[in-house]
Amino acid sequence: MFLDATDLEILRALQKDCRETYGAIGKRLGIAHSTVYDRIRKMEQQKVIQNYTATIDVEKIGMRNITSIMTVYADPKEIERVAEKLAALPEVLEVYTSLSEELLVIAKVSAASQENLHEFIANSVAPLPGVSRIRTSIITKKFKETQFSITNASERLHL
Amino acid sequence: MTLDTGSKILRTVPREKAFYFFTSIGNYTGTSASSLKEFMEKTNEVNVKSLEFHLSRGDFEKWMAEVLQDTELAGEIRRLQKLNLTGNSLRDQLNFTVSRRFKRLTSQPGASRF
Repeated sequence: MFLDATDLEILRALQKDCRETYGAIGKRLGIAHSTVYDRIRKMEQQKVIQNYTATIDVEKIGMRNITSIMTVYADPKEIERVAEKLAALPEVLEVYTSLSEELLVIAKVSAASQENLHEFIANSVAPLPGVSRIRTSIITKKFKETQFSITNASERLHL
Repeated sequence: MTLDTGSKILRTVPREKAFYFFTSIGNYTGTSASSLKEFMEKTNEVNVKSLEFHLSRGDFEKWMAEVLQDTELAGEIRRLQKLNLTGNSLRDQLNFTVSRRFKRLTSQPGASRF
């Protein structure tokens, strides 16, 4: 899908606050609210906009939670299957494959406690066919967490 | 102990019931054991930190009791835990305990296939 400068401005506005009204966006961009609506609808249909979510601070709602980064070393023939199996598990928040010195699966995992994390990895990850080793780092402090933002990457857009 | 009980303890369990050796929370060594025989062999080669980690958590006795259903060996390992052994002393004592149990089970008539 080709996006023009107006589409990108609308995306910037939505990434900043997805609850901003069509009217408010249109007024700022100098276009009719119906134009904003039509463009957003088109970008939703084309899956340029995939969803609208709420970012929750789990500590503030009193939920016990630890997050870890798990690196899974696996047989190259099984690596895709391992990644797919991990992606299907609710404890796994993100899954990637990577090629550094070895082919790896990297996953972000959430659990209620260190014991739950260990049980999950021992019972659900280590037994997966092809898994040869696992390294896990528990996150102790978060300094930044954000999604890709077009506001901060305008030089990468070819218009 | 009946021959059936011995056979049950010495059987090979499915991979999801195998013992997976970790050195700390979430850090899997790549070594696993699906039977008592394999467990005995792997305790000789795995990083000794893994033996210390699992013994202190009671993971060995839990696996012996719940998966292999060998409460006698689970009890012997529990007693071993109280000795607070570390390093190669732990490896030697654990291997001695498991090997002795394995020999007792395999010396029963009809158990030679293990």
